[in-house]
Amino acid sequence: MAVKVKIPVPLQRLTGGREEVEGTPGTIISLINDLDRKYPGLAERISEGGKIRRFVNVYVNEEDVRFMKNEETEVKDGDEVSIVPAIAGGGVFCKKGGR
Amino acid sequence: MGFVKGLKCRECGREYAVDPIYVCEFCFGPLEVVYDYDGIMDVLTREEILSRPQNLWRYKELMPIDGEPTSGLNSGFTPLVKADKLGGYLGLKELYIKDDTVTHPTLSFKDRVVAVALSKAREFGFDTVACASTGNLAHSVSAHGAAAGFRRFIFIPASLERSKIVASLAYEPNLIAVDGNYDDVNRLCSEVANKYPWAFVNINIRPFYAEGSKSQGYEIVEQLGWKAPDAIVVPCASGSLMTKIWKSLKEMNRIGLIGEVQTKIFSAQATGCSPIVRAIKEGVDVIKPVKPDTVAKSLAIGNPADGFYATQVVKESGGFGADVSDAEIIEAIKLLARTEGIFAETAGGVTLASAIKLMESGHIAKDAVTVLSITGNGLKTKEAIMGHTAEPHHIDPNLKSFEEALKKINAA
Repeated sequence: MAVKVKIPVPLQRLTGGREEVEGTPGTIISLINDLDRKYPGLAERISEGGKIRRFVNVYVNEEDVRFMKNEETEVKDGDEVSIVPAIAGGGVFCKKGGR
Repeated sequence: MGFVKGLKCRECGREYAVDPIYVCEFCFGPLEVVYDYDGIMDVLTREEILSRPQNLWRYKELMPIDGEPTSGLNSGFTPLVKADKLGGYLGLKELYIKDDTVTHPTLSFKDRVVAVALSKAREFGFDTVACASTGNLAHSVSAHGAAAGFRRFIFIPASLERSKIVASLAYEPNLIAVDGNYDDVNRLCSEVANKYPWAFVNINIRPFYAEGSKSQGYEIVEQLGWKAPDAIVVPCASGSLMTKIWKSLKEMNRIGLIGEVQTKIFSAQATGCSPIVRAIKEGVDVIKPVKPDTVAKSLAIGNPADGFYATQVVKESGGFGADVSDAEIIEAIKLLARTEGIFAETAGGVTLASAIKLMESGHIAKDAVTVLSITGNGLKTKEAIMGHTAEPHHIDPNLKSFEEALKKINAA
C-alpha cells in the first residue's frame, strides 16, 4: 500500500494522463518532491520554495492541510491526498467561446 | 482603441493575451488586467473627465474594453452624500456616504461590474451571459442582459429572500434556484462554465468584470474635489470591491490625477460570515472558510475568492476590520435611514455598524475624512428589518380618531 494522490485535470499532462498516482509516506512536501522525480515538473506547479502555492489546495483525507501542519503534514500508507486548484473548483478551465 | 496590454497572473506574473480566461495555467493564481498607464495619462485628464456624461464610463480608459461601451450607459456616478447628521451623531467631523443604493438600473453597485462585464462579453462575441449570485448580481445581469439582448442564465441559492427572487424574475431571465448556499452555487457554476460557451460574468469574465468596481473609487475621489479620503469602510463578500477601490486610488495617483494616497481601507463583515475580518484581526494571510449564518445574505460568501488580497489591502493601507452581529446590522440600517434618509440593504447595515465599532476602537479618527461604501438598496431586503420597525398608527377615517393618535404620538 502507498499514499493515493489525486491529480487535477490541468496537471494530468505531467502524469501521463493518470488521475491517480502513488506516493511515498512522509510529509506533504517530501511527497510532492518525490513525485516530481517520477513526474518532472509537477512540484513547481504545486509548490514554490518549499511552500504550497496559494491557489492550490491540498487535502489529506478531505481535510485541508492549511488547517493541519501545512507542508509538514504527515501522510501514511492508505491516506488519500487530493490536489485541487482553488479558483477553478476542481481543476477546470473555461473554454474559449462565442467567436 | 483601449489601453489594455493583457492579462497577468497576480501570483507568478505570467502574462496572457486578452481572452475570457481567469486562472493562470501554470500556478492557478487569478488573472488581472494590465493597462498602459503612460498612454492613459496622456488622454485622461481632470478636464477630459469633467467634460463627459456622469456615468462610470467617464473613466473608460481605465476599464478593460477595446471599443466603446455597450452596456450600463447610465450606471455609476451615484451621489456622494455629506452625512452631517449621521456624522454629528457619531462624533465624526467629515463623513460621507457613497450612495450606491441608487445605481441605475438595479439599485446596487453590481450595476458597475455588470456594465463592464457585458460590454466585454459583447466584444468577445458571446450571445449568452450567466452568473452565480446572492441576489444583487442576479438582478443586474438580468436587467443589463435584457437591455443588451443577451440570453441569460442566473444561478442563485434557493434560500434567497423571496423579494430578491421576484426582482430577478421581472426581467425574465432563465433563473436557476439551486438547493445549496452561495459557495455550492459557485462550485456548480464553475462546472457549467467549463462545459457551455457562456460569459459567466463572475467566472470566466471575472478579471474584466471586477474592474468595474474601480469606478466607485474614482468617483469618490472626484466628488471629494480630487482628493482621496482618509478612510473608506467597505463591505466584504468576496473581497473584490475592496481590492478594486484600493487599486482605483493607486491608479489615479499613477496617472497623475491625485497626489500620494494615504487612505486607510477598512473591511466590514457580519460576524456570522467574517473569514476576511477574522484573518485581519488574527494577522494571518490564510483565509479559513466558514459556513455563513447571517441576515446579510448579500455578503454571505464563506470562501471568499479575493480574501487573501483583501487582507493585503488592509495591511498595505494601514486599515483594519470589524465584524458585527445581526442585531447591530439591523440597528445600523435604521440609524442610516433615520439620520440620512437612506435605506440600505443589509450590507449597508454591516458597513455602518462596522464603522461605528472602528471609530469606537480608535481605528478611525474622529477628524478623519471618512467614506462609507453603501452598496445596495434596502427595498430589496425588506424582510431583514420586518418586525424590527415601529408599527403604523391605525385610526378611523375621521379627525377625532386622528387627533387621539396625535396625542399619543406627541406624548411619546
